Amino acid sequence: MTAMVEPAVFDLATTPLRELNRTLHALRPDTNMRHWRVINPAGRHAIACGLDAPITVEIEGHAGYYCAGHNKQATVIVHGNAGVGVAENMMSGFVHVKGDASQSAGASAHGGLLLIEGNAAARCGISLKGADIIVKGSVGHMSAFMAQAGTLIVFGDAGEALGDSIYEARLFVRGSVASLGADCIAKEMRDEHRALLAGKLEAAGLAGEVDISEFTRYGSARRLYNFHIDNAGAY
Amino acid sequence: MCGIVGLFAKTERLQPELGAHLAQMLAIMSDRGPDSAGFAVYSAPVPGAIKLTLRAPEGYDFEAMASRLGGALGAVPNITVRATHAVLAIPAGTLASAKSWLAEHAPEASIVGIGETMEIYKEVGLPAKVAERFGLAAMAGTHGIGHTRMATESAVTTKGAHPFSTGPDQCLVHNGSLSNHNGLRRTLMREGLSFETDNDSEVAAAYLTAQIKGGKSLGEALEASLEDLDGFFTFVVGTGTGFGVLRDPIACKPAVMAETEDYVAFGSEYRALAVLPGIESANVWEPEPAKVYFWEKAA
Repeated sequence: MTAMVEPAVFDLATTPLRELNRTLHALRPDTNMRHWRVINPAGRHAIACGLDAPITVEIEGHAGYYCAGHNKQATVIVHGNAGVGVAENMMSGFVHVKGDASQSAGASAHGGLLLIEGNAAARCGISLKGADIIVKGSVGHMSAFMAQAGTLIVFGDAGEALGDSIYEARLFVRGSVASLGADCIAKEMRDEHRALLAGKLEAAGLAGEVDISEFTRYGSARRLYNFHIDNAGAY
Repeated sequence: MCGIVGLFAKTERLQPELGAHLAQMLAIMSDRGPDSAGFAVYSAPVPGAIKLTLRAPEGYDFEAMASRLGGALGAVPNITVRATHAVLAIPAGTLASAKSWLAEHAPEASIVGIGETMEIYKEVGLPAKVAERFGLAAMAGTHGIGHTRMATESAVTTKGAHPFSTGPDQCLVHNGSLSNHNGLRRTLMREGLSFETDNDSEVAAAYLTAQIKGGKSLGEALEASLEDLDGFFTFVVGTGTGFGVLRDPIACKPAVMAETEDYVAFGSEYRALAVLPGIESANVWEPEPAKVYFWEKAA
């Protein structure tokens, strides 16, 4: 039986950030210190970076750059906005931003789920390598640039040059797309894609929140994979 | 890199503490720019007068110069000396003669800014030290902007520090780097503008000045800069009535804004805003690329 443990509180107004990260890094996978609260984050950078334990860290306020970067296993909840590069290079786990995220959210993330309740700025999911990103608001320009694998699901709109030079990542946008990047095209939504999207939303606890038929699928036209002289202008 | 901050008081109650907040915000942005710092504060006007902010070498006798200038103008200027800077309030009608007198008789003192309310201070050194030297924390004002510099395009000198004045009661701070500033500087020099540095941001300031002289509003001048300036930038432009914000279309340079009932604030990073009163419940957002924002006091 798991004992009920009160969350441990770290006050960044009085405790150095390095001490927080050092403490979290030292946790073993079988730790019973599974719930942490970070107060007074004041936009500090690299909060809860490099975690590798099945713990939950709740950040009570706005976080700075690279919050929850390189995350593995952990659940990191930001009760506010997140700065540049939230959950960048995440390997697994769950990062939940209750407010907006700045640029490069989920950049090159390999696995896990990044859920953003508000908007994400430019370059959301740049070089995405396998994670799932769900943005309930809109995403800025150059989102999913060179995205290789994984899914980016946007409930709102996407900015200019969505999916520029995309590889095999799957993009679903419910609203408008300002423009598509090189080699990114709208694709048919077949049953398998609707099932995939429904599965991702369900896994994120968002089943029934939006009508799946309202999404358009975007992906690679696969014209830029190999050099072809006719495409020289697009490289 | 560089850091930018801005604070605009929407209510009178924030005005006495404007400088104190701005000083804290600047100090936090030291990580982004430890070379030098500067700020513009828009403080109470002196009735019937125009304010000249002058900068001179360490130890310069501003008082003596001011009394000689007073003799030439026939009116003794009101002077406030702060370290290497001094603010001279002269009768509004005497600006042209004061400028030519200064150029001839006080060549060591250069004009940093001119305006009814604007005062500009900048110096090399850690931002907290710079703010302390000029006594920023005790300054009151309706709004102010500030800059912490990490030099990339030109030398670490006071002249290279921001803000750069773009016209009466108008100045610019810049985070980024422009790639076409040399060509643009040559064009602007042909149009009669003069430059003190090799700094790219000074070119941006001169560009805006030229556009405004050509009849554009500040907003229109900023719009035009999206076409004519090549490179990365986040600009914050201070005016007599408020400040404007513009990021280039690629928007590599960061920007965060916050608004409460009492103020609108700008910071390169949220950290700079975290010290402001009531920030926990402020509306916090990232300004969109290639969009001109303005906050101004109601006329």
